[in-house]
This record gives sequence, structure tokens and C-alpha cells, in this order.
Amino acid sequence: MQLLRSFLFRLASTAITLIGVAVIVFFVIRIVPGDPISMMLPPGATDEDIARLTALYGLDKSIPQQFLIWAGGVLHGDFGMSITARRPVLELVLGRLPATLELSIMALVIAVILGGAAALIGTRERGTKIEAGIDVGNGMALSVPDFLWALVLILLFGVAWPVFHISGRITPSLDLPFATNFYLFESVLRLRFDLWADIVSHMFMPALALAIPLAAIIGQLLKQSLKETMHLDYVTLARTKGYGENRVIIREALPNAILPTLTLVGVQFTFLIGGTVIIERLFSYEGLGNMAIDAVINRDLPLIQGIVILFAVIFTAVNLVVDLTYALLNPRLRHA
Amino acid sequence: MSYLKISNLDVRLAGTPMRLLRDVSLTVKSGEVHGLVGESGAGKSMIGKAVLGILPRATEIVGGSIELDGVDLLALSPREHRYRLGQSCALIPQDPLTALNPSRRIAPQITDRLTNILGWEAKRARDRAIELLDEVHIPDPERVMRSYPHELSGGMRQRILIASAFAAEPKLIVADEPTTALDVTVQKQILKLIKEMQQRHDTALLFVTHDLGVVSKICQSLSVLYAGKVVESTDVRSFFDEPAHAYSRALLAATPKYTDPEASLMPVPEAVIAAVKAEVEAADKSWKHD
Repeated sequence: MQLLRSFLFRLASTAITLIGVAVIVFFVIRIVPGDPISMMLPPGATDEDIARLTALYGLDKSIPQQFLIWAGGVLHGDFGMSITARRPVLELVLGRLPATLELSIMALVIAVILGGAAALIGTRERGTKIEAGIDVGNGMALSVPDFLWALVLILLFGVAWPVFHISGRITPSLDLPFATNFYLFESVLRLRFDLWADIVSHMFMPALALAIPLAAIIGQLLKQSLKETMHLDYVTLARTKGYGENRVIIREALPNAILPTLTLVGVQFTFLIGGTVIIERLFSYEGLGNMAIDAVINRDLPLIQGIVILFAVIFTAVNLVVDLTYALLNPRLRHA
Repeated sequence: MSYLKISNLDVRLAGTPMRLLRDVSLTVKSGEVHGLVGESGAGKSMIGKAVLGILPRATEIVGGSIELDGVDLLALSPREHRYRLGQSCALIPQDPLTALNPSRRIAPQITDRLTNILGWEAKRARDRAIELLDEVHIPDPERVMRSYPHELSGGMRQRILIASAFAAEPKLIVADEPTTALDVTVQKQILKLIKEMQQRHDTALLFVTHDLGVVSKICQSLSVLYAGKVVESTDVRSFFDEPAHAYSRALLAATPKYTDPEASLMPVPEAVIAAVKAEVEAADKSWKHD
């Protein structure tokens, strides 16, 4: 009962968040200077042409009126037509979503593996030079933003020692048997490991660039809470049972130390998704972020709206998943 | 036959001349309860921790030996050391509220030593755990086994920790002020339970406490500590009848008597403290270790 109520409350607050985002985006992109019509017409177009095109896209109405028309469409699942691509926004956005999701999740996995390893090794070797080295590495990873890491990676593994692809999502000449846009996932399901290797080789550098700062945060915070947990009585008691350091860290300390890290990873993961916008641009990766930049450049208002709403949905979904995981891992919350 | 024999044990704060244990020697016979008494910071718990190999990282053992059943633990490899301790020793911790892992159920916290260190099968370990919970008078052991620590009271948790300590039939248990963190009404029950379990399983017990009343009830022998030094190590009867050391006498005089609750308590006289301090300092001068 309690659980159902908090879930409904959660749902309602999500709806309000999305409405707020929709309102802000809709009005802001119409107030800032620049309009899509002038981007579309060749120089020397007559006032009559401009007026005709403006009316065609409904941009001659007042902004609140435009909003009501658009919002009414959204409620029916119609996010309007992209001005530049002349195709439904929903179709365009959902077509790109899998690419960005796969990239973000791959980045998250890399960040958890790197950060987790740094935290575990740092805890095991606490007080030694190894821990100091890990701290220095973390500091460097954190103080350089992801797009600079992207450039470093491109220079290292794309130019100096070209082992990974630096552009695109997949080699264009390959024959694609895919039914969905989840290339990475589907290539595994279809057992096409040749394609899978090609996709990973394209995704690895952008994913790593996104992952490095997050890995540093995970490493730092998890190590800190692990070290605190290692002083607690139940960890000491476990030592007297004859367990070695590794087992004590992983079995006794980690399940408790991971909780604060988990919350932070949820928040940071949403930042990481935001980071895909620039990273996708740098690697010419055909995801939502790249599409967002094009949409802004072309003043493709409906497309911008659709992308931003989708990002907002992803953010709230991630937060919901984090909360649920937290309840799952913490027995004290489960019964509350 | 002494089961635990600590000889000339010296512990200091790592990398500093700060001594935490000074030339500590004591023996505990098989099946005997040995009390460790002294003021806060005298090093009582430190001895227990040294025996169990759980000294804080900031400390180091600089001399002496800890023999368990004739084997010097400090000469073993860390792995062997751990393993031997896990098989033959256990700890009853001070605070039951923090000594159980909050994210694990009770069952694995009792059985994990049996399955992982002694190599028992899961079913056998489980049956043994239920039997033990029954022994420490926990009603409905099956339900408790499935519980998480936060669902149980402090007294229950201490009973569980006692059951867990006796699970592998250890030869020696270190009880580190096991009743201090408990309610006064529960303290008595827990003390009785520890004594009952100790006698039934014929386990040697190193009982750390600052309560001489508890010592008189449960111990056969005791060591009195001051500033990390054993000032007197003797059997309980001669300690209470005629304490040999001036500090011991002062400590006894400072303890409330159940027989005479009106009698005024004597604080430990300053002269006695000065004398025992001088004794410690004299010992420090002759102690040469870099």
C-alpha cells in the first residue's frame, strides 16, 4: 500500500516535471533570435514566400496558441513534423535513441568496471603508494572534461596508433541485417560477432571518453566509503572468522559501501547522457546528441522539442531505476 | 596445560616510540576463564585484538610471541595465521548493534565460517546454526535465521553473536566487554549465558572487562593492566583475598560492593598512580628497541 502510494506520487511528479520541461523548451526556443523559415529559404525570397511558409508551419499564430496545438498533438503521440527532414519527429527521435542508449550504457559499464576496480584495489592497498597512485589518476581523470578526453583518445588511438575507428557507428560498406536500431545488442542476438566487433570498435573511444570522468567519481567515492566500512565492527568480526582481505572487502564491506555510490552514479549517469551531445559530434556518431546539434543549428523547432522531451524522460527514468535499485539493495528500506 | 601463552608481547604505534602494550605475558589454560581488567585505555582490548590478529593497521607488534596450543602464531604466514585463528578462536564483540552485517541475513552470518573455513556442507551448517540458536535460548530460530539484523533487538543480536562464536567449537574465545553496550537487565542474562555456554563447550575464555564484579562471577584467573603493562596476573581467589600489587588493592577499594552499598568508594590514590607510572617508566628505560 505504502509502496503503491509512493509509486503513484512518483509518477505524478514525473508528469509535472515533463510538463515543466515542455513549457520551458517550447517558449525559450521561440523567444531566442533566429527562425527556421529564414534558414530554409534561399536569399532573395519574397515576403510573400516567407509568409506562405510561415503559415504552413503554423508559426504565424501566437506562441501560446502554437503551444496548445503542439501539446494537443503530443497527447495523441504526435510530436509534429521535423522542418528540415520533413518526417515525423517521433520517428526520427526514436530512430536515433537506440544509438545513444547503447553508447551511454556502454560508457556506464566501462565507468563501473574502471571505477570499481580502482576503488577495490585502492581499498586493498590502502595507505600504500599504489593507493596514492590511484588517487593521482582519479584526480587527473576528473579534472579533464570528457570532450578533451575524446580528443586525447582520437590522437592516441585514432591517429598515432590507429586501433579504433574514430568516426561513425559502423563501417558504412557493411551489409546490415538489423531489424532494430539497437545494433550492438542485435548483432549479439544474431550471433554476427564480425559486425559486433566493428560496432564496438566504433563505440569504444566515445564510450571511454564519456566513462573516464564518471569512473573517477565512482572510484573516489566508493573507495572512501569502503575504507570507512572497513573499520566497522562487523568487518572486524568477519576477519576473525579466518577470511582474507579480498573476501572481507567484497563480501562484507562492498554491499554496504555501495549504497551512497549508487545514488551518485544515478545522478552522474544523467550528466553522462547530456555529455553524449558533444561526444557524438566529435566522433560523428549518429545518435540523438548529434541530431540535437543539427536541429539547433537549423532551428528545427519541433525536433528540438522532441529531443529535449525524450532526454527528460530518460533522466526521470534513470532516477526511478536508481531509487528502485537502492530499495532492493538496502534491506532496511525494503521493509519501510 | 596452558592453551594460550602470551610472552613478552610488545605493541606500539607503527613508526613511533609510543608503546601500547609493554612486555605483556599471560597464560590461559584450556577451559579456563581469564579476566583482563584495567582502566579505559589500559590495553585490555588491545591484547584480545593481538591474539585474534585484528590489531588496527596503525599498530605493529615489535616483540614477543603469542602461542596457541604450542604454535607461535606470529611465526606463521598471514594465510596460515588467519586460517588457524578462524578454526580455533572466535570473538564475542562489545557492541551487538554494529557487529552484524546490516545487509546480510542472520543465517549466513552464523554458518559462513562453518561452510567456508571448515568446509561443511550447507545443510549441516544450517542444522548446526539452528541448534546453536536454540542453545542460546532464541525462540523460533527458523524465523530468526531469515531475519536481517535490524529486525532484532540488541539482546537477541548478542545471543546470535554468542551462538556464532561457539559455532565452530573454538578452543578459545575472546569476549571484548560483551555486556558493556547492553541494557542493565539484559547484561545479567547475557553474562549467565556466556558462562553456561563456556562450561558446556569447555572453551577457554579471555574476558575483557572493567567490572571486577563480573570477574568475581565468571573468571578463574585474571590479569590487571595499567598503561599496557600487566601489573598483576593471578588466580581470582588470591586476587580478591590478598591482592599483591598496590594498584590492584586500590582498584578493589574503588569497586562498589553489593554487600555494603552504603560504603564510600575510594578513588585510586594519587600516590598509587604515581608509583605504578614510575614502574612503567622504569620498564620503558630498560626496553631497547628501535
